[in-house]
Amino acid sequence: MPSVEHQADTDVPIEVRDLVKTYGDITAVDGVSLTVEAGDVFGYLGPNGAGKTTSLRMMLGLIRPTSGSVRLFGRDPLLGVRALDGVAGFVEAPRFYPYLPGRKNLELLAGLDRLGADRAKIDEVLDVVELRDRAKDKVGGYSHGMRQRLGIAAALLRDPRLLLLDEPATGLDPAGMRDMRLLVRRLADSGMTVMLSSHLLAEVEELCNRVAIVRSGSIVYEGSLADLKRTASGTWRLRTTDDERAAAVSAAQPGIETEVARVRDALVLRGAGEPAIADLSIALVESGVGIIELTPHVASLEDLFFALTEGESADTPIAEGVS
Amino acid sequence: MGAVATVYRWELRKLRSQKRTYLGLGAAVVVPVLFVAAVASRPGGPQDVAFGKYIHQTGLAIPLVLLLFGSVWMYPLITALVAGDIVAAEDNNGTLKTILTRSVDRGQIFTGKALATATYAITAIVLTCTVAIVAGSIVSGFNPLTTLSGTRISAMKGLGLVVASMGVYLIPIMAVASIGLLLSTVTRNSAAAVVGTLMFSLLLQLVGILPGLGSLHPYLLSTQFNSWQGLLREPIDWAPIVRAVWVSLLYAVPALGVAALVFLRRDVDGG
Repeated sequence: MPSVEHQADTDVPIEVRDLVKTYGDITAVDGVSLTVEAGDVFGYLGPNGAGKTTSLRMMLGLIRPTSGSVRLFGRDPLLGVRALDGVAGFVEAPRFYPYLPGRKNLELLAGLDRLGADRAKIDEVLDVVELRDRAKDKVGGYSHGMRQRLGIAAALLRDPRLLLLDEPATGLDPAGMRDMRLLVRRLADSGMTVMLSSHLLAEVEELCNRVAIVRSGSIVYEGSLADLKRTASGTWRLRTTDDERAAAVSAAQPGIETEVARVRDALVLRGAGEPAIADLSIALVESGVGIIELTPHVASLEDLFFALTEGESADTPIAEGVS
Repeated sequence: MGAVATVYRWELRKLRSQKRTYLGLGAAVVVPVLFVAAVASRPGGPQDVAFGKYIHQTGLAIPLVLLLFGSVWMYPLITALVAGDIVAAEDNNGTLKTILTRSVDRGQIFTGKALATATYAITAIVLTCTVAIVAGSIVSGFNPLTTLSGTRISAMKGLGLVVASMGVYLIPIMAVASIGLLLSTVTRNSAAAVVGTLMFSLLLQLVGILPGLGSLHPYLLSTQFNSWQGLLREPIDWAPIVRAVWVSLLYAVPALGVAALVFLRRDVDGG
């Protein structure tokens, strides 16, 4: 492949810019941009059908973007398979030749890797995914979980610096899910950059340091998980004997940074730290307003996720997080 | 080149692990055995076919009659069985994404698959001819052969010409394989590609016997399956063989070209 050589290799595992894929009238991926830095465990989060798999297929060069670009360590996967050097993973459920044993499948893929992965290496990756005792059986007889693990083994054969996994825990039983997550965590701890798509918030929360949340083919949030969580905190719910007066007092109170909104039967105060809230309670009482309830309202990540992926929600402060 | 060799080697191993390979090769062995058994049990023979009247005189006539009969649908089908499947099977298993995310380019995968397809088709034809020669010689004897010009040639020379005929027969077989590969790549469906290749082959023969289309006859792929008969004339008539080469190329090159182009550019959505 000629024009690959002049592309500058970079240390950025994934750089996606304005990626679009349309099928006729349907836009599966609509202008996705994201950057995965070395060492990230990057969660690509969104409901089923949001375009996660289509994006991953474009990242691996399996399908051609309608427009936009993908760079893996600076290389374009459309220009040749060299862009996949140091990259491994799978989209949707990993697939193998059902009429060949697990080990034979791995030998075949090792051959196609041109690295000459030897017996010992194949044994090693089979051990990592705990499939060595079933390696002689045909893949046709494997359970979904075993194929999933064989998929990881096949990826590890390449000694990847970047691992792309599409819903790796999907369809596994609870123990299988736990093992899969432990495995991903172990791989990430060993220094591998991981890009992981998921529709399961808990999975991403457990494993990832950075996330992109995708909705109907577009990114609605990209950033660190910690920042996303932070946008959810600092909200207080206030119910009083005189809401109108309480609103006026709150608005005048220093330390209550943003506006006071009325939601249902309560006031929601934003951008307030605990000391400011303590001062506010004193000011309210001094103004003759009785406090019925003053509680911190921490939106769970789940609330945020639904707010981001299902539409606008009046009382969830997400605006700051949206990029 | 190393990458293509690796793909080719693994394609052959995959073929060796699949039932359909043995179905095709099994037919290539069983058909000449049945044919020879029929020859041994009955005195007559197919009189209207070249070499048909010699099948009791020499075993060397038997592979030649078999090649003529087999060109109607059997050898195209045996060829299509693998050619039509070799790309579509990857779609069916969803394994295209698996092999395309390793370190070989699509072009190398395609080349390896095309070579494996050719290898299988050659194996089937060589196998069928070998069985026919051996079994035929046991039943009818390894005797001198009468050429189409009426001259008699020694059994050894006859054997050489039968082997050469098999080689010429492989030229249109490779064109059938190319069309199978094209349909396999485009339809992504094994059954459709196998049946489609066979239908294409039968359709050309239909065109060949339709009245008023005689002028097309020399350019039909089906006609080229008889070109080896030029070898069994004295002196050898090279004209049909030369035509078989370029007519077969006329079918094979565009088919392979389009198949390769589609394979290189297609989206791998499934699996």
